[in-house]
Amino acid sequence: MKILYFSWLKEKIGLNSQEIIKPENVETVGDLITFLKEKSENHKNAFSDLNSIKVAVNQEFADLEKKIKEKDEIAFFPPVTGG
Amino acid sequence: MIVKVQEKDFIAQDEIQKLKNNCIETPGAINSFIGYVRNFSNNKKLTSLTIEHYSGMTEKMLLEISKKASKKWPLLGTLIIHRYGKLNIGDQIVLAASASLHRNAAFESTQFIMDYLKTQAPFWKSEKINNQNKWVLSRKEDEQELNKWED
Repeated sequence: MKILYFSWLKEKIGLNSQEIIKPENVETVGDLITFLKEKSENHKNAFSDLNSIKVAVNQEFADLEKKIKEKDEIAFFPPVTGG
Repeated sequence: MIVKVQEKDFIAQDEIQKLKNNCIETPGAINSFIGYVRNFSNNKKLTSLTIEHYSGMTEKMLLEISKKASKKWPLLGTLIIHRYGKLNIGDQIVLAASASLHRNAAFESTQFIMDYLKTQAPFWKSEKINNQNKWVLSRKEDEQELNKWED
């Protein structure tokens, strides 16, 4: 699966995007966050306050319970500030 | 429905003319809104603004917002142009416009489009203040603005 990061999340993690093979025990967005937090200290810091993070699965807003698949594009970013 | 996400500047009058020409019927009213880069942020002097966006999702969300507005009001056409990249003080950021037979639908739907854009289109602003870039925090008030559109 493809994971994208934007704004300060991108800076905290140090990556624009990453490709991972979906682990078997990762079924939802929430599971993916738990998995990523275990992977690196940067991810752990970036995901420390989930209230300040929005998620999109295949370019649509989603919540932590959203089921995810290997082919999905998952994006993490702070609340938007355009306009 | 016209949606453009671009780095380059735009000439509002030309874009509005294109919207008018694209309308399914001759509009009696077109209302437009332009957002500009301010020179101050929380009482601090700004030198520039950089806008990042989620290419693909941005266009999708802007179209969705245009569709929502077209369902709510009898519109003949809508236009949204939003820039990204580095912008200077006074630069145009966004143009939103709605065309209708009568003014009220055009007025209200433009505001609706901007309110939804502010909270749902994946853009992020970074302000340069004292030579340091800082990500702009979202405002709770922007979320609350959406309440007025609930049926």
